[in-house]
Amino acid sequence: MPDPRFKVLTSASTSGPGDAGRTGSWRVERPIIDYSRCTPARTGKPSCHLCWLYCPDNVVSKSIEPTIDLEYCKGCGICAEECPVNAIAMVAEEEFPAGGKNEP
Amino acid sequence: MNHKMIESGNVAAALAVRLAGAEVIAAYPITPQTPLTEKLSQMITRGEMDAEYVAVESEHSALAVCIGAASAGSRSFTATSSNGLLYMSEQLHWAAGARLPMVMCVVNRGVGAPWSVWNDHQDAISQRDAGWIQVFAKDHQEIVDMTLKAFRLAELTHIPVMVNYDGYYLSHTYMPFELPDAADVKAFLPPYEYLHTLDPERPESLNTVTLPDARHDVNGVKRGGYMDIRHNLHEEMRLAMEVWEEIDADFQRRFGRGGAPIFDLYQCDDAEFVVVAMGTLANQFRDVVDRLRHEGIKAGVLSLQMYRPFPSSHIANLLQSAKGVMVFEKGLSYGNQGALFADLKSALYPFPARPTLHNFITGLGGREIRTEDLYQAVKTSCEPGNQSSPEQTDTPQWIGLQL
Repeated sequence: MPDPRFKVLTSASTSGPGDAGRTGSWRVERPIIDYSRCTPARTGKPSCHLCWLYCPDNVVSKSIEPTIDLEYCKGCGICAEECPVNAIAMVAEEEFPAGGKNEP
Repeated sequence: MNHKMIESGNVAAALAVRLAGAEVIAAYPITPQTPLTEKLSQMITRGEMDAEYVAVESEHSALAVCIGAASAGSRSFTATSSNGLLYMSEQLHWAAGARLPMVMCVVNRGVGAPWSVWNDHQDAISQRDAGWIQVFAKDHQEIVDMTLKAFRLAELTHIPVMVNYDGYYLSHTYMPFELPDAADVKAFLPPYEYLHTLDPERPESLNTVTLPDARHDVNGVKRGGYMDIRHNLHEEMRLAMEVWEEIDADFQRRFGRGGAPIFDLYQCDDAEFVVVAMGTLANQFRDVVDRLRHEGIKAGVLSLQMYRPFPSSHIANLLQSAKGVMVFEKGLSYGNQGALFADLKSALYPFPARPTLHNFITGLGGREIRTEDLYQAVKTSCEPGNQSSPEQTDTPQWIGLQL
């Protein structure tokens, strides 16, 4: 272990949303989930959740209706790419009014 | 109990690495380092050393494996020379920024082009700003002792350490040295522990894209940004000098050798003229100094053992009242002057009574360094009235050119 005089500051942190800062402002496209197609939402069972698994920023919740934390989602689109039932659409940010809800 | 033996410098290094209990070795062969890692590989294969040897396809991968192993909680070691070190360069910076404790031996060799396998210090000098601690050994005993101390230094400071020794002059020559007892080394060097050891029960994001500004992490704790992390690396590298001195004092108490962690002085007590050099070159100057002393010139040699962090105040305190200082180097900052000379000159700048300075470049790519030439160079620099103009001070003189 390091000598107590050494703080050893590194870029190490607990993984989670916001781990890399407030990355929501980077987003050009916003992921919108169609719950009528989404497997856990449609079946009411904790299944699939590939969006949660693949999200590099841990911003998708592992809930029956998966939700996306837009404060940190940087809009990479990996969830939309991985969704096996094409339930996630990437919608251009300018379609949403400033601070608006997920309704284009 | 100490074990006395006569072996090559490379074998001395390998035996020290075994004594230190290195658990992962990853290396790629390159002259003149090859026999060091060959020896490690042989000891592991024969079951004489309990470690994993990872044969890699390049030096870049060698250091990458060490970075992975050190992150996973294993004491790691690699070794290289010359172009091999340069091929690692990107990973050198990474290991330092990630604050990974590890040790590497650099068996110093000239850098191509043109291709050379012979000794100089350009490989290590070119990597002086990578954030690694750099120490220089000048005989086999120092290779052994410095390597053991280097592991403890790396682990206490969480800064990687490069142990340098001269290719051929030390790597392939045979010299007597003592190996300490394994149990005593174990008591000197506690088990390896990295602050951010990879642990599936405690996942962490490590060295991801770090924004220019400090940020609050998911737990609301303020985390430094890139600049803060790099600032602390610098500050803690300066502090590492103190730790190196403490480690040396402890080593001396346990094993009876040491006492010169930052520099090793020869005839410097009353010296008016001091030669500064690193590695075996400093040994060669002992003959020069003896001859000058015989002629009534009060000369001494300062062998610099630690180059990064640069011991500016130690060196300035010692040299500020000398009449003249001559820096001899086997490498330089192309287009400027000797790198060590520039460092030393800057350390002396605050002292109004600072000595006159001379810079000499010698022995590049294994060019023979004749003791007679060194003697003439030092003697001329010692002559009264040989005060260089500022322009002359900043112009290195080359010894042994055959142009």
